Amino acid sequence: MLDPYRIREDFPILKTKVNGKQLVYLDNAATSQKPRQVINAISEYYRKYNANIHRGIYKLSEKATEKYVESKEKVAKFIGARGIEEIVYTRNTTEALNLVAIAWGEANIKEGDHILISEMEHHSNIVPWQLLAKRKKAKLDYVKINSETSLEMESLKEGLEKSPKIVSLTHVSNVTGTINEIKSIAKLVHESGALFLVDGAQSLPHMPVNVEDLSCDMLAFSGHKMLGPTGIGVLYARREILDSMPPFLGGGDMIKAVSYESAIWNDLPWKFEAGTSNIEGGIGLGAAIDYLKRIGMQNIHEHEKALTEYALKRMSEIRNVEVYGYGLEKLEKRSGVISFSIKGVHPHDIAQIFDSEGIAIRAGHHCAMPLVKKLISNGSVARMSFYLYNTKEEVDKAIDAIIKVKKMFGVE
Amino acid sequence: MEELIELYKHPHNKGKLSDYDGEAREYSQTCGDDITIYVKLENGKVKDISFDGNGCVISMSTASKLTDFAKGKSIEDLEKMGIEDIFKLMGFEVGPARLHCETISLEALQKAIKNAKERR
Repeated sequence: MLDPYRIREDFPILKTKVNGKQLVYLDNAATSQKPRQVINAISEYYRKYNANIHRGIYKLSEKATEKYVESKEKVAKFIGARGIEEIVYTRNTTEALNLVAIAWGEANIKEGDHILISEMEHHSNIVPWQLLAKRKKAKLDYVKINSETSLEMESLKEGLEKSPKIVSLTHVSNVTGTINEIKSIAKLVHESGALFLVDGAQSLPHMPVNVEDLSCDMLAFSGHKMLGPTGIGVLYARREILDSMPPFLGGGDMIKAVSYESAIWNDLPWKFEAGTSNIEGGIGLGAAIDYLKRIGMQNIHEHEKALTEYALKRMSEIRNVEVYGYGLEKLEKRSGVISFSIKGVHPHDIAQIFDSEGIAIRAGHHCAMPLVKKLISNGSVARMSFYLYNTKEEVDKAIDAIIKVKKMFGVE
Repeated sequence: MEELIELYKHPHNKGKLSDYDGEAREYSQTCGDDITIYVKLENGKVKDISFDGNGCVISMSTASKLTDFAKGKSIEDLEKMGIEDIFKLMGFEVGPARLHCETISLEALQKAIKNAKERR
Protein backbone atom coordinates (compact mmCIF):
# COMPACT_ATOMS: atom_id res chain seq x y z
CA MET A 1 0.00 0.00 0.00
CA LEU A 2 1.19 3.50 -0.71
CA ASP A 3 1.61 6.13 1.95
CA PRO A 4 -0.44 9.19 0.96
CA TYR A 5 1.16 11.30 3.71
CA ARG A 6 4.61 10.75 2.24
CA ILE A 7 3.31 11.40 -1.27
CA ARG A 8 1.71 14.67 -0.13
CA GLU A 9 5.17 16.01 0.69
CA ASP A 10 5.84 16.08 -3.06
CA PHE A 11 2.82 18.29 -3.81
CA PRO A 12 3.50 21.89 -2.74
CA ILE A 13 -0.06 23.05 -3.43
CA LEU A 14 -1.51 20.66 -0.86
CA LYS A 15 -0.10 22.90 1.88
CA THR A 16 -2.33 25.75 0.70
CA LYS A 17 -4.94 27.22 3.02
CA VAL A 18 -8.38 28.03 1.61
CA ASN A 19 -10.74 30.22 3.63
CA GLY A 20 -8.37 29.71 6.54
CA LYS A 21 -8.72 25.93 6.26
CA GLN A 22 -6.33 23.33 4.96
CA LEU A 23 -7.04 22.66 1.27
CA VAL A 24 -8.76 19.33 0.67
CA TYR A 25 -8.55 18.72 -3.05
CA LEU A 26 -11.24 16.31 -4.24
CA ASP A 27 -11.64 17.41 -7.85
CA ASN A 28 -9.12 15.06 -9.39
CA ALA A 29 -11.42 13.90 -12.16
CA ALA A 30 -11.25 17.48 -13.49
CA THR A 31 -7.49 17.88 -13.11
CA SER A 32 -4.81 16.52 -10.81
CA GLN A 33 -2.29 18.46 -8.77
CA LYS A 34 1.39 18.35 -9.79
CA PRO A 35 4.34 16.98 -7.82
CA ARG A 36 7.54 19.03 -7.54
CA GLN A 37 9.25 16.48 -9.81
CA VAL A 38 6.99 17.56 -12.68
CA ILE A 39 7.20 21.26 -11.85
CA ASN A 40 11.00 20.99 -11.67
CA ALA A 41 11.28 19.13 -14.97
CA ILE A 42 9.38 21.90 -16.73
CA SER A 43 11.31 24.68 -15.06
CA GLU A 44 14.60 22.90 -15.76
CA TYR A 45 13.75 22.77 -19.45
CA TYR A 46 13.25 26.54 -19.52
CA ARG A 47 16.25 27.27 -17.31
CA LYS A 48 18.73 24.92 -18.94
CA TYR A 49 17.91 23.74 -22.44
CA ASN A 50 15.01 25.65 -23.98
CA ALA A 51 15.24 25.43 -27.78
CA ASN A 52 12.96 24.40 -30.60
CA ILE A 53 13.13 20.71 -31.32
CA HIS A 54 14.09 18.86 -34.55
CA ARG A 55 16.56 20.16 -37.10
CA GLY A 56 18.43 22.44 -34.71
CA ILE A 57 22.16 21.88 -35.37
CA TYR A 58 23.25 22.83 -31.88
CA LYS A 59 23.50 21.25 -28.45
CA LEU A 60 20.47 22.87 -26.82
CA SER A 61 18.13 21.82 -29.59
CA GLU A 62 19.56 18.32 -29.55
CA LYS A 63 18.96 18.06 -25.83
CA ALA A 64 15.40 19.40 -26.08
CA THR A 65 14.65 16.99 -28.94
CA GLU A 66 16.12 14.09 -27.01
CA LYS A 67 14.05 14.86 -23.91
CA TYR A 68 10.87 15.33 -25.94
CA VAL A 69 11.34 12.04 -27.81
CA GLU A 70 12.25 10.34 -24.55
CA SER A 71 8.90 11.42 -23.10
CA LYS A 72 7.16 9.63 -25.98
CA GLU A 73 9.16 6.50 -25.23
CA LYS A 74 7.95 6.72 -21.64
CA VAL A 75 4.35 7.07 -22.77
CA ALA A 76 4.67 4.17 -25.21
CA LYS A 77 6.08 1.90 -22.51
CA PHE A 78 3.54 3.07 -19.95
CA ILE A 79 0.60 1.93 -22.08
CA GLY A 80 2.27 -1.00 -23.87
CA ALA A 81 2.45 0.57 -27.34
CA ARG A 82 4.96 -0.87 -29.83
CA GLY A 83 6.92 2.34 -30.17
CA ILE A 84 6.82 6.12 -30.33
CA GLU A 85 5.40 6.02 -33.84
CA GLU A 86 2.12 5.05 -32.20
CA ILE A 87 2.14 8.02 -29.81
CA VAL A 88 0.72 11.29 -31.14
CA TYR A 89 0.73 14.30 -28.84
CA THR A 90 -2.35 16.49 -28.80
CA ARG A 91 -3.55 19.24 -26.47
CA ASN A 92 -5.77 16.89 -24.47
CA THR A 93 -8.20 13.98 -24.72
CA THR A 94 -10.72 16.19 -26.51
CA GLU A 95 -8.26 17.06 -29.26
CA ALA A 96 -7.18 13.41 -29.59
CA LEU A 97 -10.81 12.34 -30.09
CA ASN A 98 -11.37 15.19 -32.53
CA LEU A 99 -8.24 14.20 -34.43
CA VAL A 100 -9.77 10.79 -35.10
CA ALA A 101 -13.23 12.17 -35.88
CA ILE A 102 -11.74 14.66 -38.31
CA ALA A 103 -8.70 13.01 -39.94
CA TRP A 104 -9.90 9.40 -39.87
CA GLY A 105 -13.57 10.34 -40.17
CA GLU A 106 -13.11 12.48 -43.28
CA ALA A 107 -11.38 9.63 -45.10
CA ASN A 108 -13.49 6.73 -43.90
CA ILE A 109 -17.07 7.80 -43.11
CA LYS A 110 -19.60 7.98 -45.92
CA GLU A 111 -23.29 8.81 -46.13
CA GLY A 112 -25.39 6.24 -44.30
CA ASP A 113 -22.47 4.78 -42.31
CA HIS A 114 -22.99 4.09 -38.62
CA ILE A 115 -20.89 5.41 -35.73
CA LEU A 116 -21.45 3.90 -32.28
CA ILE A 117 -20.86 5.65 -28.95
CA SER A 118 -22.71 5.36 -25.61
CA GLU A 119 -25.05 7.29 -23.36
CA MET A 120 -22.37 7.68 -20.68
CA GLU A 121 -19.88 9.65 -22.77
CA HIS A 122 -18.30 12.97 -21.90
CA HIS A 123 -19.20 15.77 -24.34
CA SER A 124 -15.76 15.33 -25.90
CA ASN A 125 -16.76 11.87 -27.07
CA ILE A 126 -20.18 12.97 -28.30
CA VAL A 127 -19.86 16.31 -30.06
CA PRO A 128 -16.99 15.43 -32.49
CA TRP A 129 -19.09 12.48 -33.70
CA GLN A 130 -22.23 14.58 -33.99
CA LEU A 131 -20.29 17.02 -36.15
CA LEU A 132 -18.84 14.20 -38.28
CA ALA A 133 -22.24 12.53 -38.68
CA LYS A 134 -23.73 15.82 -39.77
CA ARG A 135 -20.96 16.54 -42.28
CA LYS A 136 -21.17 13.08 -43.80
CA LYS A 137 -24.88 12.37 -43.34
CA ALA A 138 -23.86 9.37 -41.25
CA LYS A 139 -25.86 7.83 -38.38
CA LEU A 140 -24.77 8.22 -34.77
CA ASP A 141 -26.04 5.44 -32.48
CA TYR A 142 -25.84 5.21 -28.70
CA VAL A 143 -25.32 2.16 -26.50
CA LYS A 144 -27.87 2.47 -23.71
CA ILE A 145 -27.00 2.38 -20.03
CA ASN A 146 -28.97 0.44 -17.42
CA SER A 147 -30.18 1.44 -13.97
CA GLU A 148 -26.80 0.49 -12.48
CA THR A 149 -25.23 3.03 -14.86
CA SER A 150 -23.29 0.42 -16.80
CA LEU A 151 -23.46 -0.28 -20.53
CA GLU A 152 -26.39 -2.44 -21.58
CA MET A 153 -24.75 -5.36 -23.37
CA GLU A 154 -27.87 -6.13 -25.41
CA SER A 155 -27.90 -2.56 -26.64
CA LEU A 156 -24.20 -2.82 -27.53
CA LYS A 157 -24.91 -5.94 -29.58
CA GLU A 158 -27.82 -4.24 -31.34
CA GLY A 159 -25.57 -1.31 -32.17
CA LEU A 160 -22.88 -3.61 -33.53
CA GLU A 161 -25.41 -5.41 -35.74
CA LYS A 162 -25.65 -2.20 -37.74
CA SER A 163 -21.96 -2.69 -38.65
CA PRO A 164 -20.61 0.64 -37.44
CA LYS A 165 -17.32 1.79 -38.94
CA ILE A 166 -16.05 2.94 -35.57
CA VAL A 167 -17.00 2.43 -31.93
CA SER A 168 -15.84 5.02 -29.41
CA LEU A 169 -16.42 4.36 -25.71
CA THR A 170 -15.16 5.69 -22.43
CA HIS A 171 -13.10 3.37 -20.24
CA VAL A 172 -14.28 4.96 -16.99
CA SER A 173 -17.23 7.34 -16.59
CA ASN A 174 -16.28 10.77 -15.29
CA VAL A 175 -19.68 11.01 -13.58
CA THR A 176 -20.51 7.61 -12.10
CA GLY A 177 -17.02 6.12 -12.02
CA THR A 178 -18.31 3.02 -13.81
CA ILE A 179 -15.45 0.98 -15.26
CA ASN A 180 -16.45 -0.48 -18.61
CA GLU A 181 -15.25 -3.95 -19.45
CA ILE A 182 -13.21 -2.79 -22.40
CA LYS A 183 -11.46 -6.10 -22.97
CA SER A 184 -14.62 -8.10 -23.53
CA ILE A 185 -16.25 -5.24 -25.42
CA ALA A 186 -13.20 -5.05 -27.72
CA LYS A 187 -13.74 -8.66 -28.73
CA LEU A 188 -17.33 -7.95 -29.79
CA VAL A 189 -16.36 -4.72 -31.56
CA HIS A 190 -13.64 -6.45 -33.58
CA GLU A 191 -15.93 -9.34 -34.48
CA SER A 192 -18.25 -6.75 -35.99
CA GLY A 193 -15.36 -5.39 -38.04
CA ALA A 194 -15.37 -1.92 -36.48
CA LEU A 195 -12.39 0.08 -35.22
CA PHE A 196 -12.35 0.56 -31.46
CA LEU A 197 -11.39 3.89 -29.92
CA VAL A 198 -11.27 4.20 -26.12
CA ASP A 199 -11.50 7.41 -24.09
CA GLY A 200 -9.00 6.79 -21.31
CA ALA A 201 -9.12 10.23 -19.68
CA GLN A 202 -10.46 8.80 -16.41
CA SER A 203 -8.66 5.45 -16.44
CA LEU A 204 -5.03 6.16 -17.39
CA PRO A 205 -4.32 8.25 -14.27
CA HIS A 206 -5.85 5.75 -11.87
CA MET A 207 -5.21 2.14 -12.90
CA PRO A 208 -2.89 0.00 -14.99
CA VAL A 209 -3.87 0.35 -18.66
CA ASN A 210 -2.24 -1.65 -21.42
CA VAL A 211 -3.40 -1.31 -25.01
CA GLU A 212 -2.37 -4.86 -25.93
CA ASP A 213 -4.29 -6.26 -23.01
CA LEU A 214 -7.38 -4.12 -23.71
CA SER A 215 -6.97 -4.79 -27.44
CA CYS A 216 -8.27 -1.37 -28.38
CA ASP A 217 -7.16 0.15 -31.69
CA MET A 218 -6.90 3.68 -30.37
CA LEU A 219 -6.75 5.32 -26.95
CA ALA A 220 -7.06 8.98 -26.00
CA PHE A 221 -6.00 10.56 -22.70
CA SER A 222 -4.84 13.79 -21.05
CA GLY A 223 -1.59 14.62 -19.28
CA HIS A 224 -3.07 17.06 -16.80
CA LYS A 225 -5.29 14.48 -15.13
CA MET A 226 -2.26 12.25 -14.43
CA LEU A 227 0.06 14.66 -12.61
CA GLY A 228 1.32 16.23 -15.85
CA PRO A 229 0.86 19.79 -17.10
CA THR A 230 -2.14 21.08 -19.04
CA GLY A 231 -1.95 21.36 -22.81
CA ILE A 232 -0.56 17.89 -23.46
CA GLY A 233 -2.66 14.89 -24.39
CA VAL A 234 -2.08 11.64 -26.19
CA LEU A 235 -3.63 9.74 -29.03
CA TYR A 236 -2.36 6.20 -29.19
CA ALA A 237 -3.27 4.41 -32.41
CA ARG A 238 -1.98 1.27 -34.03
CA ARG A 239 0.71 2.08 -36.56
CA GLU A 240 -1.34 0.70 -39.48
CA ILE A 241 -4.21 3.05 -38.66
CA LEU A 242 -2.01 6.13 -38.41
CA ASP A 243 -0.24 5.16 -41.63
CA SER A 244 -3.45 5.02 -43.61
CA MET A 245 -4.95 8.13 -41.99
CA PRO A 246 -4.52 11.49 -43.72
CA PRO A 247 -2.88 14.25 -41.63
CA PHE A 248 -4.87 16.31 -39.13
CA LEU A 249 -3.30 19.78 -39.26
CA GLY A 250 -0.87 20.98 -41.88
CA GLY A 251 2.30 22.98 -41.30
CA GLY A 252 5.90 22.66 -40.25
CA ASP A 253 7.24 19.46 -38.72
CA MET A 254 4.55 17.25 -40.22
CA ILE A 255 6.19 17.18 -43.66
CA LYS A 256 9.36 15.74 -45.19
CA ALA A 257 9.42 17.93 -48.26
CA VAL A 258 7.19 20.67 -49.62
CA SER A 259 6.95 22.09 -53.13
CA TYR A 260 4.53 24.71 -54.37
CA GLU A 261 2.32 21.91 -55.65
CA SER A 262 2.40 19.30 -52.91
CA ALA A 263 4.03 17.91 -49.80
CA ILE A 264 5.35 14.58 -48.60
CA TRP A 265 4.19 13.68 -45.12
CA ASN A 266 6.67 13.10 -42.37
CA ASP A 267 7.10 9.73 -40.65
CA LEU A 268 4.94 8.70 -37.71
CA PRO A 269 4.14 10.12 -35.27
CA TRP A 270 5.33 13.52 -36.54
CA LYS A 271 2.89 13.44 -39.47
CA PHE A 272 0.21 14.36 -36.92
CA GLU A 273 2.09 17.10 -35.10
CA ALA A 274 2.12 20.30 -37.12
CA GLY A 275 3.96 23.34 -35.84
CA THR A 276 6.20 23.74 -32.82
CA SER A 277 5.22 21.10 -30.29
CA ASN A 278 4.30 21.59 -26.66
CA ILE A 279 7.85 20.72 -25.62
CA GLU A 280 7.48 21.56 -21.93
CA GLY A 281 4.24 19.58 -21.95
CA GLY A 282 5.91 16.47 -23.30
CA ILE A 283 8.78 16.76 -20.85
CA GLY A 284 6.37 17.37 -17.96
CA LEU A 285 4.28 14.37 -18.96
CA GLY A 286 7.40 12.23 -19.07
CA ALA A 287 8.24 13.28 -15.50
CA ALA A 288 4.65 12.55 -14.42
CA ILE A 289 4.88 9.02 -15.82
CA ASP A 290 8.17 8.47 -14.00
CA TYR A 291 6.43 9.49 -10.79
CA LEU A 292 3.37 7.29 -11.36
CA LYS A 293 5.53 4.29 -12.23
CA ARG A 294 7.58 4.72 -9.10
CA ILE A 295 4.43 4.61 -6.96
CA GLY A 296 2.87 1.86 -9.09
CA MET A 297 -0.46 2.06 -10.89
CA GLN A 298 -1.86 -0.97 -9.08
CA ASN A 299 -1.00 0.64 -5.74
CA ILE A 300 -2.73 3.84 -6.80
CA HIS A 301 -5.78 1.87 -7.86
CA GLU A 302 -5.91 -0.02 -4.55
CA HIS A 303 -5.50 3.17 -2.55
CA GLU A 304 -8.37 4.90 -4.36
CA LYS A 305 -10.52 1.80 -4.01
CA ALA A 306 -10.00 1.81 -0.24
CA LEU A 307 -10.91 5.52 -0.03
CA THR A 308 -13.98 4.95 -2.21
CA GLU A 309 -15.09 2.04 -0.07
CA TYR A 310 -14.71 4.12 3.07
CA ALA A 311 -16.53 7.12 1.57
CA LEU A 312 -19.40 5.01 0.22
CA LYS A 313 -19.80 3.33 3.60
CA ARG A 314 -19.95 6.62 5.45
CA MET A 315 -22.27 8.20 2.87
CA SER A 316 -24.65 5.24 3.06
CA GLU A 317 -25.11 6.03 6.76
CA ILE A 318 -26.40 9.53 6.02
CA ARG A 319 -30.07 9.99 5.24
CA ASN A 320 -31.22 11.81 2.10
CA VAL A 321 -27.87 11.53 0.39
CA GLU A 322 -28.00 9.74 -2.93
CA VAL A 323 -24.90 8.29 -4.56
CA TYR A 324 -24.87 7.41 -8.26
CA GLY A 325 -23.21 4.45 -9.91
CA TYR A 326 -22.21 1.10 -8.47
CA GLY A 327 -22.53 0.59 -4.74
CA LEU A 328 -20.30 -1.10 -2.19
CA GLU A 329 -21.26 -4.59 -3.33
CA LYS A 330 -19.70 -3.96 -6.75
CA LEU A 331 -16.77 -1.85 -5.70
CA GLU A 332 -14.40 -3.45 -8.20
CA LYS A 333 -16.58 -2.11 -11.04
CA ARG A 334 -16.14 1.55 -10.12
CA SER A 335 -13.36 4.08 -9.79
CA GLY A 336 -12.76 6.78 -7.19
CA VAL A 337 -15.29 9.18 -8.71
CA ILE A 338 -18.34 9.67 -6.48
CA SER A 339 -21.25 11.72 -7.76
CA PHE A 340 -23.93 12.46 -5.21
CA SER A 341 -26.82 14.69 -4.35
CA ILE A 342 -28.46 15.83 -1.13
CA LYS A 343 -32.22 15.93 -1.20
CA GLY A 344 -33.55 19.45 -1.65
CA VAL A 345 -30.16 21.12 -2.05
CA HIS A 346 -28.77 22.32 -5.36
CA PRO A 347 -25.29 20.83 -6.05
CA HIS A 348 -23.82 24.29 -6.51
CA ASP A 349 -24.79 25.16 -2.98
CA ILE A 350 -23.21 21.91 -1.81
CA ALA A 351 -19.97 22.85 -3.57
CA GLN A 352 -20.08 26.38 -2.10
CA ILE A 353 -20.44 25.09 1.45
CA PHE A 354 -17.66 22.55 0.83
CA ASP A 355 -15.49 25.43 -0.36
CA SER A 356 -16.15 27.32 2.86
CA GLU A 357 -14.56 24.29 4.57
CA GLY A 358 -11.60 24.40 2.17
CA ILE A 359 -12.82 21.35 0.24
CA ALA A 360 -12.70 21.52 -3.55
CA ILE A 361 -15.37 19.44 -5.28
CA ARG A 362 -17.19 19.95 -8.56
CA ALA A 363 -20.89 20.50 -9.17
CA GLY A 364 -22.93 20.64 -12.34
CA HIS A 365 -23.33 18.52 -15.43
CA HIS A 366 -19.65 17.46 -15.55
CA CYS A 367 -19.58 17.88 -19.33
CA ALA A 368 -21.87 14.89 -19.65
CA MET A 369 -25.27 16.60 -19.85
CA PRO A 370 -27.18 13.69 -21.44
CA LEU A 371 -25.96 11.27 -18.77
CA VAL A 372 -26.49 13.58 -15.79
CA LYS A 373 -29.98 14.46 -17.05
CA LYS A 374 -30.68 10.74 -17.04
CA LEU A 375 -29.51 10.37 -13.45
CA ILE A 376 -31.34 13.38 -12.04
CA SER A 377 -33.95 15.61 -13.64
CA ASN A 378 -32.32 18.95 -12.77
CA GLY A 379 -29.20 17.82 -14.67
CA SER A 380 -26.75 18.61 -11.91
CA VAL A 381 -24.87 16.55 -9.32
CA ALA A 382 -22.00 17.14 -6.89
CA ARG A 383 -18.88 15.08 -7.43
CA MET A 384 -15.83 14.22 -5.39
CA SER A 385 -12.97 12.32 -6.96
CA PHE A 386 -9.87 10.86 -5.33
CA TYR A 387 -6.23 10.47 -6.22
CA LEU A 388 -3.05 9.05 -4.75
CA TYR A 389 -2.51 11.92 -2.29
CA ASN A 390 -5.97 11.86 -0.72
CA THR A 391 -6.42 10.48 2.79
CA LYS A 392 -9.14 8.93 4.91
CA GLU A 393 -8.98 12.02 7.07
CA GLU A 394 -9.96 14.10 4.03
CA VAL A 395 -12.91 11.80 3.37
CA ASP A 396 -13.98 12.45 6.98
CA LYS A 397 -13.82 16.20 6.33
CA ALA A 398 -16.02 15.75 3.25
CA ILE A 399 -18.53 13.74 5.29
CA ASP A 400 -18.57 16.49 7.93
CA ALA A 401 -19.24 19.01 5.16
CA ILE A 402 -22.20 16.95 3.92
CA ILE A 403 -23.61 17.00 7.45
CA LYS A 404 -23.06 20.77 7.58
CA VAL A 405 -24.93 21.24 4.28
CA LYS A 406 -27.85 19.20 5.60
CA LYS A 407 -27.95 21.23 8.79
CA MET A 408 -27.90 24.59 6.98
CA PHE A 409 -30.69 23.54 4.66
CA GLY A 410 -32.66 21.80 7.37
CA VAL A 411 -32.56 18.45 5.56
CA GLU A 412 -33.61 15.52 7.74
CA MET B 1 -27.85 33.04 4.40
CA GLU B 2 -30.89 31.97 6.41
CA GLU B 3 -33.10 34.44 4.56
CA LEU B 4 -31.84 33.06 1.23
CA ILE B 5 -32.48 29.47 2.26
CA GLU B 6 -35.96 30.51 3.42
CA LEU B 7 -36.65 32.01 -0.03
CA TYR B 8 -35.19 28.90 -1.66
CA LYS B 9 -37.60 26.71 0.22
CA HIS B 10 -40.57 29.07 -0.03
CA PRO B 11 -40.07 31.13 -3.17
CA HIS B 12 -42.16 34.19 -4.02
CA ASN B 13 -43.98 34.54 -7.34
CA LYS B 14 -43.12 31.04 -8.49
CA GLY B 15 -45.12 29.39 -11.28
CA LYS B 16 -46.33 30.39 -14.70
CA LEU B 17 -48.68 33.41 -14.93
CA SER B 18 -52.01 32.46 -16.44
CA ASP B 19 -52.05 35.73 -18.36
CA TYR B 20 -48.79 37.24 -19.57
CA ASP B 21 -47.46 39.36 -22.46
CA GLY B 22 -43.83 38.30 -22.49
CA GLU B 23 -41.65 35.41 -21.40
CA ALA B 24 -37.95 34.56 -21.55
CA ARG B 25 -35.96 31.54 -20.47
CA GLU B 26 -32.36 31.81 -19.38
CA TYR B 27 -30.13 28.86 -18.86
CA SER B 28 -26.78 28.72 -17.16
CA GLN B 29 -24.34 26.46 -18.95
CA THR B 30 -22.19 25.90 -15.91
CA CYS B 31 -24.66 25.39 -13.06
CA GLY B 32 -27.73 24.19 -14.82
CA ASP B 33 -29.78 27.06 -13.35
CA ASP B 34 -32.87 27.27 -15.49
CA ILE B 35 -35.17 30.28 -15.11
CA THR B 36 -38.15 31.51 -17.07
CA ILE B 37 -39.69 34.89 -16.30
CA TYR B 38 -43.27 35.80 -17.25
CA VAL B 39 -44.42 39.44 -17.33
CA LYS B 40 -47.74 41.16 -17.72
CA LEU B 41 -47.34 44.82 -18.65
CA GLU B 42 -49.79 47.71 -18.36
CA ASN B 43 -49.29 51.43 -19.01
CA GLY B 44 -45.52 51.09 -19.23
CA LYS B 45 -45.35 49.26 -15.92
CA VAL B 46 -45.09 45.68 -14.74
CA LYS B 47 -48.57 44.70 -13.66
CA ASP B 48 -47.71 41.15 -12.74
CA ILE B 49 -44.63 38.96 -12.86
CA SER B 50 -43.61 35.42 -12.00
CA PHE B 51 -40.76 32.98 -12.50
CA ASP B 52 -40.43 29.26 -12.94
CA GLY B 53 -37.52 26.82 -13.07
CA ASN B 54 -34.88 25.48 -10.77
CA GLY B 55 -31.42 26.30 -9.57
CA CYS B 56 -29.25 27.01 -6.58
CA VAL B 57 -30.00 29.14 -3.52
CA ILE B 58 -28.54 32.26 -5.09
CA SER B 59 -30.43 32.09 -8.37
CA MET B 60 -33.69 31.09 -6.72
CA SER B 61 -33.62 33.72 -3.99
CA THR B 62 -32.63 36.41 -6.49
CA ALA B 63 -35.55 35.43 -8.71
CA SER B 64 -37.91 35.76 -5.73
CA LYS B 65 -36.57 39.15 -4.67
CA LEU B 66 -36.31 40.55 -8.18
CA THR B 67 -39.87 39.57 -9.07
CA ASP B 68 -41.09 41.15 -5.80
CA PHE B 69 -39.11 44.28 -6.63
CA ALA B 70 -40.28 44.51 -10.24
CA LYS B 71 -43.98 44.60 -9.47
CA GLY B 72 -45.37 48.03 -10.29
CA LYS B 73 -42.01 49.34 -11.51
CA SER B 74 -41.72 51.12 -14.84
CA ILE B 75 -40.36 49.14 -17.77
CA GLU B 76 -37.85 51.89 -18.42
CA ASP B 77 -36.35 51.60 -14.93
CA LEU B 78 -36.14 47.83 -15.13
CA GLU B 79 -34.43 47.96 -18.52
CA LYS B 80 -31.76 50.21 -17.06
CA MET B 81 -30.89 47.85 -14.21
CA GLY B 82 -27.43 46.31 -14.10
CA ILE B 83 -25.34 44.02 -11.94
CA GLU B 84 -24.76 46.71 -9.32
CA ASP B 85 -28.50 47.09 -8.80
CA ILE B 86 -28.80 43.35 -8.23
CA PHE B 87 -26.00 43.46 -5.65
CA LYS B 88 -27.84 46.31 -3.92
CA LEU B 89 -31.15 44.46 -4.01
CA MET B 90 -29.66 41.25 -2.66
CA GLY B 91 -27.23 42.88 -0.24
CA PHE B 92 -24.27 40.74 -1.27
CA GLU B 93 -21.86 40.14 -4.12
CA VAL B 94 -20.70 36.75 -5.29
CA GLY B 95 -17.41 35.63 -6.81
CA PRO B 96 -16.95 35.20 -10.56
CA ALA B 97 -17.91 31.52 -10.48
CA ARG B 98 -21.34 32.29 -9.06
CA LEU B 99 -21.94 35.68 -10.69
CA HIS B 100 -24.31 34.28 -13.27
CA CYS B 101 -26.44 32.73 -10.52
CA GLU B 102 -27.12 36.26 -9.25
CA THR B 103 -27.67 37.88 -12.64
CA ILE B 104 -29.60 35.21 -14.53
CA SER B 105 -33.01 36.48 -13.34
CA LEU B 106 -32.30 40.03 -14.45
CA GLU B 107 -31.25 38.79 -17.88
CA ALA B 108 -34.45 36.78 -18.15
CA LEU B 109 -36.56 39.71 -16.91
CA GLN B 110 -35.09 42.15 -19.44
CA LYS B 111 -35.53 39.63 -22.23
CA ALA B 112 -39.12 38.97 -21.15
CA ILE B 113 -39.87 42.71 -21.37
CA LYS B 114 -38.28 42.78 -24.82
CA ASN B 115 -40.34 39.76 -25.79
CA ALA B 116 -43.53 41.49 -24.64
CA LYS B 117 -42.71 44.58 -26.71
CA GLU B 118 -42.03 42.47 -29.78
CA ARG B 119 -45.30 40.62 -29.43
CA ARG B 120 -47.30 43.81 -29.57
